[in-house]
Amino acid sequence: MTSQQTGGPLVQLTGVNKWFGELHVLQDIDLSIDRGEVVVVIGPSGSGKSTLCRTINRLESIEKGEISIDGQRLPDEGKQLARLRSDVGMVFQSFNLFAHKTILQNVTLGPTKVRGHSKADAEKRARELLERVGVSAQADKYPAQLSGGQQQRVAIARALAMDPKVMLFDEPTSALDPEMINEVLDVMIALARDGMTMIVVTHEMGFARRAANRVVFMDGGRIVETADPETFFTAPRSDRARDFLSKILNH
Amino acid sequence: MQFLSDNSDLLWSAFLTTLSLAVVSGVCALVLGTVLAGMRVSPVPPLRGLATFYVEVFRNTPLTVVFFFLAFGIVEIDLQFPSRFITAVAALSLYTAAFVCEALRSGINAVPPGQAEAARALGLTFGQALRQVVLPQAFRTVVPPLGNVWIALAKNTSIAAGFAVTELTASLQRLANVNADQLLAVFAAVVAGYLVITLPSAWLIRVIENRVAIVR
Repeated sequence: MTSQQTGGPLVQLTGVNKWFGELHVLQDIDLSIDRGEVVVVIGPSGSGKSTLCRTINRLESIEKGEISIDGQRLPDEGKQLARLRSDVGMVFQSFNLFAHKTILQNVTLGPTKVRGHSKADAEKRARELLERVGVSAQADKYPAQLSGGQQQRVAIARALAMDPKVMLFDEPTSALDPEMINEVLDVMIALARDGMTMIVVTHEMGFARRAANRVVFMDGGRIVETADPETFFTAPRSDRARDFLSKILNH
Repeated sequence: MQFLSDNSDLLWSAFLTTLSLAVVSGVCALVLGTVLAGMRVSPVPPLRGLATFYVEVFRNTPLTVVFFFLAFGIVEIDLQFPSRFITAVAALSLYTAAFVCEALRSGINAVPPGQAEAARALGLTFGQALRQVVLPQAFRTVVPPLGNVWIALAKNTSIAAGFAVTELTASLQRLANVNADQLLAVFAAVVAGYLVITLPSAWLIRVIENRVAIVR
């Protein structure tokens, strides 16, 4: 059920292309991510980085190319796709906690309905995870009663409850008030230290420097440059990356 | 007011018939309408097409014609309902389900798309995401329009009078014939029968609306 241990890369994108009507949002994307690797995807808005992230669990379909997770090609639809998605945790920009369920129920829904765990087991594990992300005191509240930072940490716990092979973060701190960004980043950094495979779309360069193994820079639907964080931030090879960095790091 | 005590048995049984027509049809329409709404938003095109076809057929056909068809039309294909009451329930349910479906679909559309995305990202199937995440939130936002559908249904039961079901409106015809001198009182009694159903409903709808409201 968990890992097939194929030995190859955990996430593999080969020749991925996607169009939104006329707009060619992903162009010939090749990317492979190894077990335990933390890859940060950065780039100007509209560069296709969020779309790329969302194709990995097929929240966005692709027109051309192939995506496989743990050696298994992403199915088009149906139960098999659902099963594959259950191994891929996702954290959204807008949290997307289930508004009609308590914090605890948000975390136990997947394990009980998808994994078939008992309610008692799921709740025990959920409380551990909520403890780990520092919101255990809020277990019986509803999402709207929590701050944005707390909601996003619950969203991380909800994804972790499925014991995913890889976690996708789609601009997880972009909708947060500045004083709440760090509490979420701290959880993510701890997760990276624990060896979780992570793909993180973000504007947080500090996170990229501290936690990333690799930075992928996208522009205009293409991967322009891939490098380790140190190299990327101090000596970017491409003009576009240099231009981008000069705009965001200047002040 | 003499006629009231003289005819209390008829009025009471007519009232109960109207009430049970409304309740039984309401439950059936709610179930069928929910299934239809699920089909209308499903990723499977034939299901979507089928549900859309259903809704357009029943929403655009006068209820009386639906009654006619189920009472007499289906005899042509050698079918018949076991009783006139069941014929009426079938007509009311099939017709009302189309409106339930559309009310619910508007509620489904009002649930932020991120909710269904998060459910799918967890690995829930389409049906699970619908049942666990989308529909519970959709129902909460459509309590007022569903209330309208329910009240319309309660009054639409009167069509059954034309198809030999002795509900309130049928009793009105019968009592009016024999109590022509007390026509206003007969009307008042029958209208009161409907109000006893619809007015508490309106109150109940408000209570439910307040109770299930979710904070966003």
